[in-house]
Amino acid sequence: MLRYICNRLLQLIPILFAISLIVFIIIQLPPGDFLTTYVEQLRLTGTEVADSTIANLKAQYGLDQPLYAQYLLWMKNMILHGDLGTSIQWNMPVSEVIGDRLMLTIIISLISLIVVWAIAIPIGIYSATHQYSFGDYFFSFIGFIGLAVPGFLIALILVYIVFTQTGVSITGLFSPEYQGAPWSWDKVWNMLPRLAIPVVIIGMSGTAGLIRITRGMLLDELSKQYVITARAKGVAEQKLLFKYPVRMAINPLISTIGWTLPALISGEAIVSIVLNLPTTGPVLLKALMVQDMYLAGSFLLILSVLTVCGTLISDILLAALDPRIRFGGVNR
Amino acid sequence: MSEEHEVLLQIKQLKTHFHLDEGILKAVDGIDLTIKKKRTLGIVGESGCGKSVTSQAILRLVPEFAKLEGELLLHRTKGNQKGEQVDLAQLPLRSKALREIRGGEIAMIFQEPMKAFSPIHTIGNQLMESILLHQSDNRKEARHIALGTLRKVGMSNPEQRLNEYPHQLSGGMRQRAMIAMAVSSNPSLLIADEPTTALDVTVQAQVLDLLNELKETVGTSIVFITHDLGVIAEMSDEVAVMYLGKVVEYTDVDTLFHGAQHPYTEALLGSIPSISRSGARLDTIEGTVPFPMNLPSGCGFYSRCKKAVDGVCNVADIPLVEVSEGHYVRCLLAGQ
Repeated sequence: MLRYICNRLLQLIPILFAISLIVFIIIQLPPGDFLTTYVEQLRLTGTEVADSTIANLKAQYGLDQPLYAQYLLWMKNMILHGDLGTSIQWNMPVSEVIGDRLMLTIIISLISLIVVWAIAIPIGIYSATHQYSFGDYFFSFIGFIGLAVPGFLIALILVYIVFTQTGVSITGLFSPEYQGAPWSWDKVWNMLPRLAIPVVIIGMSGTAGLIRITRGMLLDELSKQYVITARAKGVAEQKLLFKYPVRMAINPLISTIGWTLPALISGEAIVSIVLNLPTTGPVLLKALMVQDMYLAGSFLLILSVLTVCGTLISDILLAALDPRIRFGGVNR
Repeated sequence: MSEEHEVLLQIKQLKTHFHLDEGILKAVDGIDLTIKKKRTLGIVGESGCGKSVTSQAILRLVPEFAKLEGELLLHRTKGNQKGEQVDLAQLPLRSKALREIRGGEIAMIFQEPMKAFSPIHTIGNQLMESILLHQSDNRKEARHIALGTLRKVGMSNPEQRLNEYPHQLSGGMRQRAMIAMAVSSNPSLLIADEPTTALDVTVQAQVLDLLNELKETVGTSIVFITHDLGVIAEMSDEVAVMYLGKVVEYTDVDTLFHGAQHPYTEALLGSIPSISRSGARLDTIEGTVPFPMNLPSGCGFYSRCKKAVDGVCNVADIPLVEVSEGHYVRCLLAGQ
């Protein structure tokens, strides 16, 4: 097992290197760079920009150097100083732009992830063991609505209903008086009830999808021979259900962690924009639109690293849960 | 069939019908069988004749949408109802009594041990689960019994096997583990559903010997389900030949091989390769088994039978008739 984990960790190094390279190439691909956008904007507002100013700016951000030098500089600062570069659009270090938002995003996303699993798995199990019952149809119906209706639409409807009924605007994570205030228990307390709405909305489609997956997987497992074997041994139904088929049906859910982690950071973009949440999604969108290359690049890199880490975590968990994967790997 | 053996399980008019959208599938359609103590009943037939469903119906393992009728009178040998006769078909599906009988008094050996074991639990875990349910609450003692049972079925390195997973064992070892799991609680009846089909011939012989040995030492009765007449000859005391969910011939093993009267049994026997008949073409049974749904009236074997007589065989259902003592045949032409 330990060997398996070490082996997987070593494999990470070339993968991460390749990812950083690809990310860098991708952010260089669109024609022009942030400066061209910036200069264009200035010219539109009527300000003349001297060629020397542009050259100066280029030198300041290292844009006059060849691509490989820019890449090496970026990597060097990142690995040695943890410096992700400077956001040209915000004129701040990338880590400062992202920092607070990243934490809030992770809090919201983790809570919604837990809520999703806590709701979806029991319902999925119920649906599978009571296939074609009223409850099964009911949850399937709700599930399809959750899958089919986009989250931002539900967010808009909710905001509208709450506003017309109570006059309270539920957008944002904090009441106006706490908006700019430093972190305190009062501020956290103020945030918690407001978290409920984004958590429900962000979690909705995930819950619906997960119910369908759990139900399908469990239905497959329930008819397997080993379930009949256990029944023939005289194991009680309830105990049997959780010891054998549910354990097996959970495996594919664990393998979804790989893409759940990055979706946590970027998945709620549109909902966040609608609800005016201070999370990372809107910033990522903006950074891509104005070609703020270090900010966008850092985002892409974080997302990719999260994907790789998520996959690693799910692989290790799977190996711990399923001996066939453990022994199918490097131990033999 | 001698009378000195006590009856363990009496199956009366057992029916298992699957109600599907397309109609009623009569997988098992009214069979009567008697399983005696310390005897082996062989059930033989082609794929789809209902022999596996019969075995599963005895333990009420058929899917819940299947309709089960008839009586399954078990003479209980354990628990507080010891000595009494219970009708398995009447027990509620989730009752404690049924769970005590499953695994404790009637145990099953399945065809493919690879599929019948859970791949993510160790052999020891699955073996001890059965022992903990029926024999002992003490994990240490259960482990001890598990080791003893593995030794009894001839498993090499039993201590090591307990911690291994099913995929780490060879096919033969896996089937031995399966048998160990079934006999660990000293059941009074062992149902073996094609236990050797997935094994190669040498391992097959070992497993058959093992079952016969256990029958002697533990004193269990066996219901042995197979499509292989050679295995039947080696294992059984009595034999029931099934066709389309019905028993077509039911007798002791000697009579079956030397005085079979149903055309289907004769045809089956004729299709066994024999050393004394070398050079001759092997007989086959023409056609395939009809799908057991919306069958025409009359004999089920009518469409494939060489002796079939139009207007006689395809008119009404054929009864199972006792042609001589203990020899039952479902054919109008039997004894002629």
